[in-house]
Amino acid sequence: MTGVTMGINSPLAGYLLVAALLFAIGLAGALVRRNAILVLIGIELMLNAANLNLIAFWRYGPHPEALTGMMFAIFSIAVAAAEAAVGLGLVIAIHRHTDTTDLDKMNRMKG
Amino acid sequence: MNLVFYLLAALTIGGGLAAVLLKHLVHCALATTVAFAGLAMLFLQLDAQFAGFAQILVYIGAVAILIVFAILLTRGSELPKDGVFSRSWFVGLVIAAGVFAVLGWAVLESMRALPQQTAVPAVTVHDIGIALVGRYVLPLEIVALLLTAATIGAVIVAMHEKERPR
Repeated sequence: MTGVTMGINSPLAGYLLVAALLFAIGLAGALVRRNAILVLIGIELMLNAANLNLIAFWRYGPHPEALTGMMFAIFSIAVAAAEAAVGLGLVIAIHRHTDTTDLDKMNRMKG
Repeated sequence: MNLVFYLLAALTIGGGLAAVLLKHLVHCALATTVAFAGLAMLFLQLDAQFAGFAQILVYIGAVAILIVFAILLTRGSELPKDGVFSRSWFVGLVIAAGVFAVLGWAVLESMRALPQQTAVPAVTVHDIGIALVGRYVLPLEIVALLLTAATIGAVIVAMHEKERPR
């Protein structure tokens, strides 16, 4: 545990720790909450934490001019937008069918 | 590590925690927006202007609004009678804490190998545009197709069904 005694002196490590904490918070939200919309919010937080990692590695990597991490983050943002649209559409459709968004009550696959 | 980074990190983490912990869904949506804004500012702090503004446009402009619409359409603003947390909340909390412990341990152990301050990358939006229509043109086309398919799919999934005889 030399890192703790030295303190966080590398800027990249600070961003990585923030991203890890945000990922854990999103994971906890996705696992702990009952409401399907809150689970989607947790998934969005996890995706955002991954984006923060990508951008941080792009910024402090050896070849930022190659733009790989940046491009990965931009495409990831676009895919996350598509995921949010379809996920929330599914939540609305399930709510219309079963009149609930409680995941503990969604225990059958028959319509 | 400067003061601005700590402030933005606190804003982001606080927004995320509030989004997961608050009872009312509308408050959760607002806290998520705060977390998204904090992340966008962290991107700006990392000299990734394009990604930061894309984050503001896509997440605060579109995803947060979508979440609010979904809350309104599913009457999620009413508090559930049997609590907001799942029956197996403790297991989920342990899993999340374990994941954070492993990730934090990995970062702290590899701290000495991580790079120190580097020069600000001289990347303009012009370079990003050239790269998008040059080297990354195939992923760009695939993302365009994916977004079209997702838009049509979301509309079809959420569309009113015809009344069936039961």
